[in-house]
Amino acid sequence: MTAMVTARIPAAATARALAGRADARPARWRRQLGAKLALLPLMAVVIVVYLGCMLWTVRLSFSSSKLLPVQDWAGLQQYGRLFANDRFLLSAINIGIFGVLFIGGCLVFGFLLAVFIDQRVRAEGVLRTVFLFPHAMSLVVTGLAWQWFLNPTLGLQKLVRDLGFADFTFDWIVNQQMVIYTLVIAGIWQASGLVMAILLAGLRGVDEDLWKAARVDGIPAWRAYLSIALPLIGPMVVTATVLLAVQVVKLYDLVVAMTRGGPGIASEVPAKFVMDHLFERNNIGLATAAATMMLVTVVAILAPWIYARYVRETGRRA
Amino acid sequence: MRTFRLACLATAMLAAAPLTARAEMRAEVLHWWTSGGESAAVKVFADAFTEAGGTWVDSAIAGGQAARTAGINRIVGGNPPTAMQFNTGKQFDELVANGLLADLDAVAAEGKWQDVLPPALTEAITRDGKVYAIPVNIHGINWLWYNKKLFEEHGIAEPTSWADVAAAGEKLKAAGLIGLAQGGQPWQERSLFNAMLVGDGGTDLYYRIYRDGDQEAVRSDGFRKVAELFKQLQGLTDAGSPGRNWNDATAMVLTSKAGMQVIGDWAKGEFTAAGQVADQDYGCAIVGQGGYLMGGDVFVFPVVDGASSANETQATLAEVMFAPETQIAFNTIKGSVPSRLDVDVSGMDACAQKGAAALKDPARQVPTTDFLISPDLSGALDDVITQFWNNQGMTTDQFVEQFIGAMQAAG
Repeated sequence: MTAMVTARIPAAATARALAGRADARPARWRRQLGAKLALLPLMAVVIVVYLGCMLWTVRLSFSSSKLLPVQDWAGLQQYGRLFANDRFLLSAINIGIFGVLFIGGCLVFGFLLAVFIDQRVRAEGVLRTVFLFPHAMSLVVTGLAWQWFLNPTLGLQKLVRDLGFADFTFDWIVNQQMVIYTLVIAGIWQASGLVMAILLAGLRGVDEDLWKAARVDGIPAWRAYLSIALPLIGPMVVTATVLLAVQVVKLYDLVVAMTRGGPGIASEVPAKFVMDHLFERNNIGLATAAATMMLVTVVAILAPWIYARYVRETGRRA
Repeated sequence: MRTFRLACLATAMLAAAPLTARAEMRAEVLHWWTSGGESAAVKVFADAFTEAGGTWVDSAIAGGQAARTAGINRIVGGNPPTAMQFNTGKQFDELVANGLLADLDAVAAEGKWQDVLPPALTEAITRDGKVYAIPVNIHGINWLWYNKKLFEEHGIAEPTSWADVAAAGEKLKAAGLIGLAQGGQPWQERSLFNAMLVGDGGTDLYYRIYRDGDQEAVRSDGFRKVAELFKQLQGLTDAGSPGRNWNDATAMVLTSKAGMQVIGDWAKGEFTAAGQVADQDYGCAIVGQGGYLMGGDVFVFPVVDGASSANETQATLAEVMFAPETQIAFNTIKGSVPSRLDVDVSGMDACAQKGAAALKDPARQVPTTDFLISPDLSGALDDVITQFWNNQGMTTDQFVEQFIGAMQAAG
């Protein structure tokens, strides 16, 4: 990972040097033309499929479409119904809780695992594989496994009770107040390994001399990790966060496999709301309104970041 | 050279002849019957169609929702299957409204469908005076299945009212058993609620709410009584109920862990597979005032080549599916009862005979909510019913208000 980051710098430098030479310009233009031509199909796909579908979805959210898309104008009617809908509002709260705890939990656990492996433990390769393995499983499998494990009449609770602790209770998955946290637990179990792999690569890239210097100065190991290593692997943390955030937005399969949104509607999430209304309930209008709200939320979160990262930066450079 | 050309021509004609003949009666049928028993049942249709000179192309997609989505996409996209399955009810309304389905008027008139189908089914397949679907079975969805051995052990008689069901459940619960095996998924909770609404509240109340959309009926005492009884039954389930599949709940009844389950007659397949016999090992009853909630499956025939009526292949397929002997053979395997009432069901099991007998009485033929309300409203009510069932803190008043709220929003 670090190698990639550093490798990019010389490439950029060469490009800038080339741009400075006037006689290199036509060759470069032609080379870019080839690249542009090659990218054209991809750009067409992006514009038509991604952007086109996005606009189409937003358009449909202002229509009264039921089973089939229709092109009438229903104003904000679907949005009115959406925001009066208990299930959608609960879904929004749930995804908030899940998002914060899941991303936070994965980063903390993933970092701790990475630090643990970074101690040059024995059988590192095996442990790394073990921790990363859950991520190789589909979320449906993860969900089913955790559903059985947490089911009070089949799983952990029954096991402990059969061992003689008759009062032991762990029924979060059938408890409306707690069920969302079981999703967080399963999610963290699934994704921590990925964070570990990314952060471990980062830690391995931290200059050996820094560790030596820290040791000479008598800085405790935990402090060195927190105050020296962590800021240095900042980009890795950002990468991990972005990957996790994507998982949060598209959270669907885990819920379907694990709780089906229940008990009741206690663990519903927006993506499931969209899917249910799109297909099962023949209500394209309401489904696209919910999808549009998801898009707006994501854009609202991303916009300041994109602005800070790209717009302001290029502005400064110019 | 001439001989060679002639030989070529002959070969080409030979090759083309069977192809064209086959193309005339080639039917691609899209359905979601993929489990062991279900695909055996579909094979009855396929064999009958092959016998009638056609070629059956099986297009099975697991999961009703996935199959319907795929089928609708193909119809809208202009590449429709010859026939496609839907649940009996309003699922294909919009396809008819947009002129995407071929009518079956000629076949229906010839086969005198109207004389042999329950009126509610005739209504369910007719839009603007034209027949657009063929009903192939009737599933009773409000059956109570109970474990006969457990009932005898604890001296419980077959329940005749929903209050009896609650009492029987309490008795079993007191004996350390699970009173009611319930799959905790919204559609199963809805199914139980509607069974109680028809059985305890009565057919009139059911129609007032679902057919007439009468919000005052929801405020009535009858509805509130059903709601309270519904909540009482919730107390008879076990902690592992939320999210459970229906067949896992059935397994609890047939292994004597639980006493009862309320689910459609497809559960019979599970009992049969476990080697149990109707009326000996397990009992079946329509509890309450006797309304028999009819669900089921239909096949629709998408428009091919712009013809608004069914073409020859489609007509033949419909005739074959509706033939009395196919109906008996198909429904015996499927666990449902034939959609036509003029067939002899004496060869079927005890519960199927009970169901067929109930269907003879027009007053007991009650369509499921799928016939009466849109999938949109059905889904919105599911959300309310499942909340009431699962949320201990939710009162009957809140339930009534939210039920009405859903009726207003989804209308």
